[in-house]
Amino acid sequence: MLIRPKAGILDPQGDAVQASLAHLGFAVTAARVGRLVDLEIAAEGEAAARSEVERMCAELLANPLIESFEIVSGPA
Amino acid sequence: MSERRPRIAVVTFPGSNDDGDARLALEQLGADAVAVWYAATELDSDIGGIVLPGGFSYGDYLRCGALARSAPVMNAVREFAADGGPVLGICNGFQILCEAGLLPGVLRPNRQLEFLCADVTVVVESTGAPITTGLAPGDELVIPVKHGEGGIANRDGNVVGLMPHPEHAVDPLLGPTGGLPLLQGLIVAARERLAGYALDPR
Repeated sequence: MLIRPKAGILDPQGDAVQASLAHLGFAVTAARVGRLVDLEIAAEGEAAARSEVERMCAELLANPLIESFEIVSGPA
Repeated sequence: MSERRPRIAVVTFPGSNDDGDARLALEQLGADAVAVWYAATELDSDIGGIVLPGGFSYGDYLRCGALARSAPVMNAVREFAADGGPVLGICNGFQILCEAGLLPGVLRPNRQLEFLCADVTVVVESTGAPITTGLAPGDELVIPVKHGEGGIANRDGNVVGLMPHPEHAVDPLLGPTGGLPLLQGLIVAARERLAGYALDPR
């Protein structure tokens, strides 16, 4: 799962990263910092796994008020 | 008013660190503070109020308060709140209440990226919640913050979240005492809730 702060949500961590990169001389004008969660799950097929992961995101891994998530799947 | 000391549960999650101060403050103000471990699956039936204390539950992993909201004890907290019981979440406890859906919204990191530690003046904006019983709108309370500031209540007023720490502001020897009326309000609410139950006098 890729979990990101939603557009328009204040992201102090991203702002700090952007400022530090700028101090180092990099021409970075914006940075947003999210999270990557790798999961191995036992499921019958990708569709089943995907719907399970969507529930995990909704219930715990992401806060839908402030974060969006993207599911990237592949074989173990 | 009854002199009975109402029992108020103070929940300790892994990483809570203001639970001891919360128990001390409640005891000092006339309640019996009961330490409740996060793995507890039920609360004693004679608990009149619940405090979710500050700290860094579960190391603030994932999001502040996110993992604590699925701790076993939270089912009992949810049931207690749904039944109208007074619940006060302080700082990290406030974040847990938001993550658990007992209070609306979400708390974000400080814009300036600094951990704040200072005495702030909190203005009483409304007195609809049981814990604000002894206060009037416009009253000012000086209470230390160790993060952000402010607080909210749910629609019924029985679930309240605060960023400032009233449990650190009850003893004049240690600084401001703006936390006194809020914790006293919680104790009164707990006592009133228990008045409906037949309890052995303590």
